Amino acid sequence: MSGSAHSEHAESKVRYGMVIDLDKCTGCGACSVACQQENNVSFRPDESDKLRTLSWMTLYRLENGAGYPDYRAAMLPRPCMHCDSPHHSPCTFVCPVNATIRDEHTGIVDHVAVRCIGCRYCMVACPYHARSFNWWDPKWPKSMEAMLTPEVSPRMRGVVEKCTFCHHRLNLARDRARLNGEDPDSVVYTPACAEVCPTGAITFGNLKDPNSDVAKLAKDPRAFRLLEKLHTEPKVYYLSSAQWIRRQSDNGL
Amino acid sequence: MGEVKKSASQKGAGIVFFLAGFIGALLVGWVVFPNVLYSTKTQPITFLHSSHQDSNCEDCHYFRDDGSYNGLPKVAKCAECHAEPMGDSPEEKKLVEEYIQQEREIPWLVYAWQPDNVYFSHAAHTQQQGIECVRCHRDVTKETKNPPFKENRLTGYSDKTMKMVECEKCHAEHGASNACHLCHK
Repeated sequence: MSGSAHSEHAESKVRYGMVIDLDKCTGCGACSVACQQENNVSFRPDESDKLRTLSWMTLYRLENGAGYPDYRAAMLPRPCMHCDSPHHSPCTFVCPVNATIRDEHTGIVDHVAVRCIGCRYCMVACPYHARSFNWWDPKWPKSMEAMLTPEVSPRMRGVVEKCTFCHHRLNLARDRARLNGEDPDSVVYTPACAEVCPTGAITFGNLKDPNSDVAKLAKDPRAFRLLEKLHTEPKVYYLSSAQWIRRQSDNGL
Repeated sequence: MGEVKKSASQKGAGIVFFLAGFIGALLVGWVVFPNVLYSTKTQPITFLHSSHQDSNCEDCHYFRDDGSYNGLPKVAKCAECHAEPMGDSPEEKKLVEEYIQQEREIPWLVYAWQPDNVYFSHAAHTQQQGIECVRCHRDVTKETKNPPFKENRLTGYSDKTMKMVECEKCHAEHGASNACHLCHK
């Protein structure tokens, strides 16, 4: 599915991607919490207004719409899809200041908060609602300040933020590889959400390595991607054996 | 209606006024403004690398096992040798009495301090990779006093803080990636 889209990208050894097995996902929300903690995503005392909150890994509730006893529900964790469509991802295409660019060596869609001017074009362009806007400066309770991740810089008021595939962990993995005499350009690492998932529903790795778990699972017959008909070519794959979930994945396009 | 002709003396006066204004503006831009913009600070202790030539650079500036760089050593590292004064220098006395014995960290003024959103990997820029420390840092081996720390009054950074354009230029020249996430966290 993804093979053709890769042909226009620069030659490199890695292309990071993620597979989320919805058959295994229990909807516990650990990935979302771990992400928020790892990436210093701030929160407000009142988080009920979801148009104003920040979330990199959002859980969506899916329902099949049938009545009892045929009712079914599932949870769908949604990080940034790091779209692999040729030339541009939807967000990188519209950014007027190049604050969000896809790195063709890793496939990661970067977003640099200090360059962002907060116009929010990218939020409009993103079909996955993967981006949030900082309406306020981040603020944590005093007791939580010591728990912030030093490897991730907090964003300021007036800029957009989104999932980075935990690229700070990639940088640390590259440094470790350098010191151990390994090739830093082919390292694999684990983002916070994949590390913490208690059922192992999230697999992360190198899509270009045919022997990696993530590349094998992406070719699984259960695999699908969200809004595939838009040809955004997400690098986040979902697995589900339930037909009603797969039908919802293109949202009636 | 005759033409107004400027006399030679008028022209001369014009040139003098122009030069006075021009030189004045240059002085303001090149001398006065930089002096106003930067405040000069001195280090809390005069630390001389040249007095520590019996140790290797790596004794204090080393890599941790996870690949991260420790940067400046903590005062506990100084205490390994300076638990008691080794000589009779007043600066060493200050180190022992004001910092080591009181277990306070020394508030060094870091010339190369970068903003929080910058990630710099020392592991990727080592002498094994052909990059000498002095490519970015000053040569400390023969120093007899600490250079003044010139702090930008507006930004709080040192005038020695490396600009992003220098990183990008060197990366481009060496064919290294200039991806945002390589240096921004």
